[in-house]
Amino acid sequence: MTATHARPDADWAIEARGLSKAYGSVPVLENLDLRVRRGSVYALLGPNGAGKTTTVRILATLTRADAGQARVAGHDVVAERSRVRRSISLTGQYAALDEEQTGRENLRMMAALRGHSRKAAAHRADQLLERFGLTEAQGRRVATYSGGMRRRLDIAAGLVGDPQVVFLDEPTTGLDPRSRRTMWAAVGALTAAGVTVLLTTQYLEEADQLADRVAVLDRGRVSAEGTPAELKKTVAAQRLDLTMAGHEAYEAMAARLAGRLLHKAPEELLLGVATDGSAAHVRALLDELDPARAEVERFALHSATLDDVFMELTHE
Amino acid sequence: MSEYAILASRSIRLTRRNPDAVITALVLPVLLMLVFVYFFGGAIETSTGKYVTYVAPGVLILCAGYGASMTATTVSNDMTGGIIDRFRSMDTSSTAVLAGHVAASVARNAAATAAVLGVAFAIGFRPHAGTGQWLAAVSILLAYITTLSWLGAAAGLLAKTPEAASGFTFVMLFLPYPSSAFVPVETMPAWLHGFAENQPVTPVIESLRGLLLDQPTGNSPWLALAWCGGLLAVTLPVCAALYRRRTA
Repeated sequence: MTATHARPDADWAIEARGLSKAYGSVPVLENLDLRVRRGSVYALLGPNGAGKTTTVRILATLTRADAGQARVAGHDVVAERSRVRRSISLTGQYAALDEEQTGRENLRMMAALRGHSRKAAAHRADQLLERFGLTEAQGRRVATYSGGMRRRLDIAAGLVGDPQVVFLDEPTTGLDPRSRRTMWAAVGALTAAGVTVLLTTQYLEEADQLADRVAVLDRGRVSAEGTPAELKKTVAAQRLDLTMAGHEAYEAMAARLAGRLLHKAPEELLLGVATDGSAAHVRALLDELDPARAEVERFALHSATLDDVFMELTHE
Repeated sequence: MSEYAILASRSIRLTRRNPDAVITALVLPVLLMLVFVYFFGGAIETSTGKYVTYVAPGVLILCAGYGASMTATTVSNDMTGGIIDRFRSMDTSSTAVLAGHVAASVARNAAATAAVLGVAFAIGFRPHAGTGQWLAAVSILLAYITTLSWLGAAAGLLAKTPEAASGFTFVMLFLPYPSSAFVPVETMPAWLHGFAENQPVTPVIESLRGLLLDQPTGNSPWLALAWCGGLLAVTLPVCAALYRRRTA
């Protein structure tokens, strides 16, 4: 190794090793490892109950892991909790705002709590309201805000202290498609400012849009990790559903596909396999699976759902 | 600005924006006073002449209970909502969050006390206190309100929902009744005397009445302050522990 003056963790905004957590006898996280490069966007992708929120809460010092270590912004989440807290912000699934205060009052309060003077807090609040497109709504109580506005104000509130690491727990769950786009733009703006973002999502598309790297979480473990492009190579974007000509053909095909099977519905004689959705690949698949052109009666293409991704990732 | 000032002004702002809280804090005590004076007062004879003179300090105590019990609800609202995670992840001290609610409670109660005294005066309450006695009465009332508010905060931390929290404060609303707040203790059955004479509300009420009406107070003021100090000494660490447990 060549000599370097950088600290060993200088490249990593988040480093977690062997995180485990159980609630009672129910394990939520099992030996989870995670490394997030400084200034990048990292997505934890997984269904409900996969352990995404628990991971975020442990890293944000709100929950203690039963085992394992984690450093965030270079500080240990247990031993240096206060330092970590001063370097991060967390936006959870439920808006951490006062409903009965206006947007501006909420931001000014947070800024003041972060140690800004009254004048500096007002200035910081105005900046953030502007940046998140909330200037017009600043004088209204949060209770009157739409879901998307609330989420944006929530993220803005997390930024008053200029955090190095921002945690976004399911930032777009429950939002309409347009608000979702606005959120994505807001996350993009964060990284432009050099902030590290760890976000959780149930949506493949969202991880694809926003993240430099993605970890797929399944029952408390990382079942796959990589760039969205790498993941997409292992995970199909589309599913080809084949309706078989009869029971015999169905059973034979199901046996032949075995591990490649993403989906099956025996009562409809339906079998699903992964494809990238291109005409060439679909044609090749059909030729490969049904060379006699007798067993497959009809086919249909679907966008792969997260379920398909998990089916495929857990086949090995 | 300190965390304490920021969070106190937050809690006061939240109270002002909550019409239910304003009505409960201001209108209810005044109504209670009118109920006591006009509905019950005719039937009650006390040593102080007019019943309004006897009962006004008691109503002050009662409305302190209502005002403080609201602290349980506001604290519980915070604990069950998302805001507490924000405060924690900003490393805001738990004491500051709770003290903000207590400060708002004291402010609510100050307004309620002024309203009750104003209406009492309008219907015939004539205190005979000098400046020193007023100051002493106000100090004791403040100590009592602060103590009840911290007890309310503890109830708010203990309860799972804001509704349950407000239920927990029933005790502090009930406590003035078996005391000398509304009727002299001697008129109660003998088995109640022991409790009525030795519970915390009685020295508080005796102090207020004695100071405001310029009558001898004996050691009541010291007893009242000792009760408040003792209860606070227990409640504050309990609040800190409950907060830690709640947010673990």
